[in-house]
Amino acid sequence: MSAVLQRLAAIMPPGRFLERPEHLAAYESDGLTAFRARPLAVAIPETAEEVIALVRFCRAERLPFVARGSGTSLSGGSLPVAGGIVIALNRLNRILKLDPAQRIAVVEPGVVNLDVSQAAAAHGLHYAPDPSSQSICTIGGNVAFNSGGAHCLKYGMTSNHVLGIKAVLATGEVVEWGGSSRETVGPDWCGLFTGNEGLFGIALEITLQLLPRAECFHTVLAGYRTLEQAGDAVAAVIASGLLPGAMEIMDALALEAAVAAVHADYPPGCEAVLIVELEGPREVVAADRERLDEIIAASQPVEARPARDAEERVAIWKGRKSAFSAVGRLSPDFIVQDGVVPRRRLGEALRRIGEMAREAGIRVANVFHAGDGNLHPLILFNGREAGALQRAEALAGRILEMCVEMGGSITGEHGIGMEKRDYLSAMFSADEIDCMRRIRSAFDPLGIANPGKMFPTSEASALQHHGLHPLEKAGLISRE
Amino acid sequence: MNAVFAPASFEELADAVRSAPRLLAVGAETKPRLSCVDAAKLAIAGLRGISEYDPSEFTFTAAAGTPLREIAAALAERGQYLPFDPMLLDAGATLGGTVAAGLSGPGRFRFGGLRDFILGVRFVDGAGRLMRMGGRVVKNAAGFDLPKFFVGSLGRFGVLAEITFKVFPRPPFALTLRLAAKTLDASARILANAATSRFEFDALDIAPCAHGESSEPGVIARLAGPAAALNAITREVFALWPGEVLSDDAAELLWTDLRELRWTHPETPLVKIALSPSAVVPLGQAVQSIEGARWHLSAGGNLAFISLASTAQASDLDERLRTLSLSGVTLRGDAPLWLGARARPAIAAAVKQALDPTNRFPSIDD
Repeated sequence: MSAVLQRLAAIMPPGRFLERPEHLAAYESDGLTAFRARPLAVAIPETAEEVIALVRFCRAERLPFVARGSGTSLSGGSLPVAGGIVIALNRLNRILKLDPAQRIAVVEPGVVNLDVSQAAAAHGLHYAPDPSSQSICTIGGNVAFNSGGAHCLKYGMTSNHVLGIKAVLATGEVVEWGGSSRETVGPDWCGLFTGNEGLFGIALEITLQLLPRAECFHTVLAGYRTLEQAGDAVAAVIASGLLPGAMEIMDALALEAAVAAVHADYPPGCEAVLIVELEGPREVVAADRERLDEIIAASQPVEARPARDAEERVAIWKGRKSAFSAVGRLSPDFIVQDGVVPRRRLGEALRRIGEMAREAGIRVANVFHAGDGNLHPLILFNGREAGALQRAEALAGRILEMCVEMGGSITGEHGIGMEKRDYLSAMFSADEIDCMRRIRSAFDPLGIANPGKMFPTSEASALQHHGLHPLEKAGLISRE
Repeated sequence: MNAVFAPASFEELADAVRSAPRLLAVGAETKPRLSCVDAAKLAIAGLRGISEYDPSEFTFTAAAGTPLREIAAALAERGQYLPFDPMLLDAGATLGGTVAAGLSGPGRFRFGGLRDFILGVRFVDGAGRLMRMGGRVVKNAAGFDLPKFFVGSLGRFGVLAEITFKVFPRPPFALTLRLAAKTLDASARILANAATSRFEFDALDIAPCAHGESSEPGVIARLAGPAAALNAITREVFALWPGEVLSDDAAELLWTDLRELRWTHPETPLVKIALSPSAVVPLGQAVQSIEGARWHLSAGGNLAFISLASTAQASDLDERLRTLSLSGVTLRGDAPLWLGARARPAIAAAVKQALDPTNRFPSIDD
């Protein structure tokens, strides 16, 4: 063990400092499974004070660190840095305060997303952001990556629900911003911190706004012969002035996967399924559902199935939320992409993805948040086939370039992380990236917090074929 | 007398920033205290107009000097709106000034404030570089969220040139209810219970009342949605909290009065305060103990505007806010810019240095 690690071991109790290869293996990868890197060690703090001490230790030793919750990042955001340590935050999993009168929860970063809603349910409240991984992903990770979910059009992303943050910055400074008020005075520091991708520091306590749970839902599943028809139905709902809580589309391949995985039941012969959900007080939902049913009926579905009870609603969502992992039944490996296009260009985007996929001879399943133009193409490949991952990544890159070209974004909710850092310059100019680097340096002058993520390795490589990952070339990371 | 720059294009805006060692952008100066600092004035009124608006995208992009009024009208034509009730619209407030001031109105209660609807910005940093941050689509997680940081930063970290917002479809119908409450405590209880009720109120406020006024404060609650639904909901609301429905004219007058801050003393300090529902009663008591002070409590007890009767009362308010651990910013009148509790972390200076290395823009402390 190196001298630095010995000093680190000395400040952590036994059992909460891991450095043996068999223990480190579990931390080598995250939700972006194509990459692996072995950290020098893993520290498992149990209190905010321990996290502060660890960050200050890293600063004093110039030791890179990556904060990690449940490791579900789909952009490689929690991939360890070779030569650095992982600070695993799962044991900071206390809900410190649940205040129904003020409709807030104060939580530690290791609290699981769904646990917040479950704790709040007793008071008729819930925490709105619901990433597909909500039963395991942590609030700390959600804050770092400004996670989304299926309800973003109406309720926004994580940052729209974070009222206060206590954090230890990479400088060692401990800051407290915001608090229990939904309003702010002065610059919106919580807004800036949320989505920092672990490059600013580690959140220690997060104040979340809770919302009253909707009293009533009306969930419709409609099957269409073509993706275009499903897209047109979305446009018609938007044009009507309704504001659904969620609008999701799954294509044929994604449906096939959901059927295989959770025995989901969909109208036969459909190339696309649209899920639309209204929510609110029962009187409002009753009035809105009449209009929605008319719009759906006019959109020529093969079949429209309104959920008749809570059980049927749960079944509809189970099929949708299982789609990502279900694709694993169709293919040994897949990449989940996360691009955004203006909603009016969804149909065009899907057509082009289909063409690009055919050209590349690669199967792509599409699951997406149609209400906000957030695409999630699932690119299927077999990692054991030579060059397959590279071809899949190349296709993923072309899809991102298309999103930018259409005026959208290279990430709607997964973040840049490791995966998309070479595409940041497709969306931002050299000046803009320099500006972000300067801000990063203000928070982390030594570059020790999650280094190597978000920023392009070399500014010129943005639109080039991915090929081998630069870190892989450097021998710092390896693939499965 | 400080120089005044009046750029007519984004390029001229960047040139102006590069040409002056110390300057601050101003819009219509409807919140004059925010720009009451020794610096050349950079008038953004010439940067005007909506450059992109496609109702099907739920987004628009407009130059920072565009009056809110113009934006509200364009959105209304297509049945859409900014749900946070942008303030001082009739007074001529600009989009950029509203972002820099971080000012949201009563409508922030239901779907969030200005910070929750801003998506992207073009701005000029202290080095005179015109840059974009954020995105132009309703969902984006690429890059640091500087657009949010600019909300409430008073132009001290950069000059806004153009801003992209998310918008929502405007509900077809709205009803304003006045719920009776004899005391501030009773009003606060209604606020708290109404906020967690099934009714999904659109706004929950305590209307301004002057010091020593004998009229009951009462709660002003707004519902928005399909007409048939609201009538049914109203009956149930009144069964819980007796009250009356305001006529359309009375409601319009009330919300306009609040939005335009017409209930305030005209010259003396006006302060915006971020608070939480648990601080409603103590803050209300503090206001009542200041002779002649008025307040409007908004957003379900998360936002308050306090209008003092005299400049001299500012120090009293400052002290009371500190005691309550609340923070405020003075929008107009001769009072310190910041009142109440305030932290000055080292990171604030470091981020200022990153965005404005030569301190071209005044400090956030000035």
